[in-house]
Amino acid sequence: MRERPISTVPKSALLLLALGLSLQIAWHATQPQRLAQAEDLPPAPSLFVLKVISLGDPIALAKALMLYLQAFDNQPGISIPFHKLDYTRVEGWLGRILELDPPGQYPLLAAGRIYGEVTVETRQRQMHNFVYQRFFDDPNRRWPWLAHVAVTTKHQLHDLPLARKYAQAIRLNATGTEVPHWAKQMEIFILEDLDELESAKVLIGGLLEGGQISDTHEIRFLERRLQEMEAKAKAR
Amino acid sequence: MIKQIQTIAFYTLIEALRNRLMWLIVLVALTGIGLSGFLGEIAITESRQVQVALLATFLRFSAVFLLATFVVTSMVRELNDKGLELVLSLPLPRAGYLLGKLTGFAALAIVPALLFGLLTLFFTPSTQTALWTISLISELWIVAAFSLLCVLSFNQSMAALSAVMAFYLLSRSIAALLLIGKGPLGANTLSQQVINFILDIIAALLPRLDNFTRTEWLVYHNGTWAVLLPLLAQTGIYLALLSGAALFDLYRKNL
Repeated sequence: MRERPISTVPKSALLLLALGLSLQIAWHATQPQRLAQAEDLPPAPSLFVLKVISLGDPIALAKALMLYLQAFDNQPGISIPFHKLDYTRVEGWLGRILELDPPGQYPLLAAGRIYGEVTVETRQRQMHNFVYQRFFDDPNRRWPWLAHVAVTTKHQLHDLPLARKYAQAIRLNATGTEVPHWAKQMEIFILEDLDELESAKVLIGGLLEGGQISDTHEIRFLERRLQEMEAKAKAR
Repeated sequence: MIKQIQTIAFYTLIEALRNRLMWLIVLVALTGIGLSGFLGEIAITESRQVQVALLATFLRFSAVFLLATFVVTSMVRELNDKGLELVLSLPLPRAGYLLGKLTGFAALAIVPALLFGLLTLFFTPSTQTALWTISLISELWIVAAFSLLCVLSFNQSMAALSAVMAFYLLSRSIAALLLIGKGPLGANTLSQQVINFILDIIAALLPRLDNFTRTEWLVYHNGTWAVLLPLLAQTGIYLALLSGAALFDLYRKNL
């Protein structure tokens, strides 16, 4: 159906339209600019609440929540250092996301490689402990994260007994055929006199070779981490 | 009567195809690809899983919303234009009209389900995509039938659409609500028992839509054909129930 020409619209209607548009633009211009404010991470809702919200689709909700949590350090117009986040709440969120999507590995990667790599030792230990506790729910799939945590504990926290405890947990619990031999022998690897960069190269190289890491984003992320470590080692 | 049902179904489908609904479906598909692609890029690991999970959820909700809105608005328009009276003045039983409409909407539901299912093929094996698509078709058929029942009962877009959305959300979350009610944290008081009893009755009357069109099939590829049988049985049973209720309503209408 063809529309009538604009000339048929009464002038008062056109005036009202122009006035409304101008007023809206002027109103917007007079509004104070929104200042970026850091918001605290809220506590994780209960699993029951999340299950109701998920409308029967917990996996999609878990994936979306992980992106929400990951982006929390980068709020609109502001960047919050990870160590300023409330780690008890972060742990609560990671735990809930794992409960919603148990086969998902993302929360463990975030705990070990993002939140667990801050310079505050207590927080680092908290994240390592989170990975260690959750490892026992599915050792044959979750061992790579505990292996990383064992290496970090040795080289960054310099806590050899704790690193051995993690490595021992892998040997005793990750007994599936899909777990490579070198991972089952993590204890020896921990006791060897390798520096942090060498250990990381062995670990990441082993994971790549064994096909445990195939996601291109994760490979890029790990390569970047290795480069950072190499640069740090050169600077020393 | 089968010939008449086919004719009504055909024209219902034609109406939908000429109603720019296809453009909207394509637009939804493109939006889904863009949005999930963007979110998948943010992910550090499991990027494909994140992408397909969010894409599938977005497409499923969009398909339900579009179909329900189309069924309700097209039926309300027909009621307002006195199209129903006109058709029923012909030698056609009311059941023929209702089943024709239902068949048309069911045929229409296949279009977005197939298109959206094809999109998931980029991420998952074909068997899992087939399971997801068949399940989505079943889910959409239930939604279309419920929408039709609501229009015949309420005769108004607003009330009918609200009822459909409430039905859909409740059917998807009733299992979780039952778990909360019967969980260890629930107090064992009389009021709690009454609430649980009411929830049990509601659950008995609703289809368990949370078992339909599961994202985990696409993400973890763990769907089997055996999973589909109870879903198809549930769809058949619920379509019979909704058709019965809609016929009851239509036959009692004073036109």
